[in-house]
Amino acid sequence: MNFLLELKENIIISYKAIIANKMRSVLATLGIVIGITAVTLMQTAIEGINRAFESSIASIGTDVLYIQKFEWFGREDFEVYRNRKDITLQHFNFLKRFAQTSASMCPTQGTLKTLQFQNLTLEDVFIIGTTDEYQTTFGTNIDDGRFFTTRESEGGYPVCVIGMDVKNAFFENVNPIGKYIKVGTHTFKVIGVVEKQGSLLGLFSLDNRIIIPIQRFVKLFGTRRSISINVKAADINNIEETKEEITSIMRKARKLKPGMRNDFGINQQEAFQQTYDQLTFLIKAIGLIITSLSLIVGSVGIANIMFVSVKERTKEIGIRKAIGARRKTILFQFLIESSLICLLGGLIGLAIAFPISLVIDALVLPTVMPLWIVILGIFISVMFGLLAGFFPAYSGAKMDPVESLRYE
Amino acid sequence: MENLISLKEIVKVYEMGEESLYALHGVSLDIKKNEYVGIMGPSGSGKSTLMNIIGCLDTPTSGEYFLNNKNVSEMFDDELAEIRNKEIGFVFQTFNLLPRSDALHNVELPLIYSGLTKRERIRKAEEALTNVGLADRMKHKPNELSGGQRQRVALARALVNDPSIILADEPTGNLDTKTGEEIMALFEELSNKGNTIIVVTHEEDIAKHTKRIVKMRDGLVCEDRIK
Repeated sequence: MNFLLELKENIIISYKAIIANKMRSVLATLGIVIGITAVTLMQTAIEGINRAFESSIASIGTDVLYIQKFEWFGREDFEVYRNRKDITLQHFNFLKRFAQTSASMCPTQGTLKTLQFQNLTLEDVFIIGTTDEYQTTFGTNIDDGRFFTTRESEGGYPVCVIGMDVKNAFFENVNPIGKYIKVGTHTFKVIGVVEKQGSLLGLFSLDNRIIIPIQRFVKLFGTRRSISINVKAADINNIEETKEEITSIMRKARKLKPGMRNDFGINQQEAFQQTYDQLTFLIKAIGLIITSLSLIVGSVGIANIMFVSVKERTKEIGIRKAIGARRKTILFQFLIESSLICLLGGLIGLAIAFPISLVIDALVLPTVMPLWIVILGIFISVMFGLLAGFFPAYSGAKMDPVESLRYE
Repeated sequence: MENLISLKEIVKVYEMGEESLYALHGVSLDIKKNEYVGIMGPSGSGKSTLMNIIGCLDTPTSGEYFLNNKNVSEMFDDELAEIRNKEIGFVFQTFNLLPRSDALHNVELPLIYSGLTKRERIRKAEEALTNVGLADRMKHKPNELSGGQRQRVALARALVNDPSIILADEPTGNLDTKTGEEIMALFEELSNKGNTIIVVTHEEDIAKHTKRIVKMRDGLVCEDRIK
């Protein structure tokens, strides 16, 4: 009961003291303000990147291996990868024939073309050539119509499945199924629409594309390009086994002798995940360094201002002691003052960070400031207030009443 | 009657580097309940040191001090704080009010430290201020009050917790003669009501209001006279 009474009294005293020295208190909090702004914005950014990443990584698939000339985030020189032999449909056929641990696989090849429908044009659309197994490999959902059949795929029929962006551009209020669009100068019949996919890391759209049989693709757009062979593992828990099997089949297909290094890359989502983890780790590390530096500098500032505050109020401490204030009462008084100052700093920091987070959300990437970081920010500022205030408060608490009463 | 204050061979030494400064050389003094004592002496006589020890603001180097039969000289900081809160009411020459708080809050302060509820605190503080004639000045800050009024606030603060002793250090030192007389009249009234009062002063005019005069010189009591 005594404690609560004194707490209340101390909060009133501290409030008065801070109000009496508004400018000084606010300036002293600068370090805390920067620290809290940094830590909350950092977390808001990471939150946004996380969201973008999670929706993007879903499009890559956790159980799909990508056999390609290049390795994602490879460490070798670009030249090394470029000089490798292309991966071709022959390799795909070889794999298809011998692989036993895969659920399905498809080759893909892509290029950018301009699309036309009646008098509408759409530039730089990504054209993907693949087989009917594309759908099972990537688990693609069809929004409308259907995917092409094995027969259409093998026969290289002029049919296409379009992405949501293409649909929206050409068929605003029209049923696209059965319509004919032009890819460059070649005509294709629309047979299906792929469900909306979103974008990769918020950078480029995964819906601005159409999918056609690879036989048609090769015939119209040429074969002078390396393909990607995409293999869905039969069992995600045994993906390593699938990887080994694919490697050995590919080595045979590429006629590699024992001891020779692989001249192809087997990529998987994990590579993205690792790079992503490194990236967020870097952001966190930088954020934490900025935050801790400014909090340390900030608390030195607070400690300094608290020493001044204690010194200034030596007489007041004497008076309070003379009429019965205990050491801990004085200690609490100044601890509360310093934590209130820091709380003020934290709140200012949040007040700065919050509108910035809204700007980031609107302009850079969709995100929201997590509630827990707000609470943590407030907690951190109060903690630093207690830390910074301790020595000044202690020096006030142990002052001699006679001497402090004499102080003018 | 039993002694309220009993000082036995009180010595206070200040260590000033190599030198030891004896402020009190072994003072023995008994004060009974309801006495009205003036402690007099020139500056450097040790009267302020004695007052600090009686007021439990300071502890003696040696000797014993019994207040209400409690051995105060062996107490620690926080115990002394409690004694100051409950047993002693200070009145200072410079009033020593908290400048940012109004009269009511200044008077309420000792009651906060003794843990009374808000309602009780307000009731007692208002009563104490009314008793010193400041019923209409409760919401005034110290700088909105005259010197005499400030000393009355200080007096109300000293009285509010019903202390055993009222300890006044040059209570009229910062006041003009007329106001000083008014304050001394208040002390007299308090004494008549049964309070124990100790006034430290170097002015004969003030000391003449008291009923017993203790004169000090060079850290010793040189005269103790009851009128």
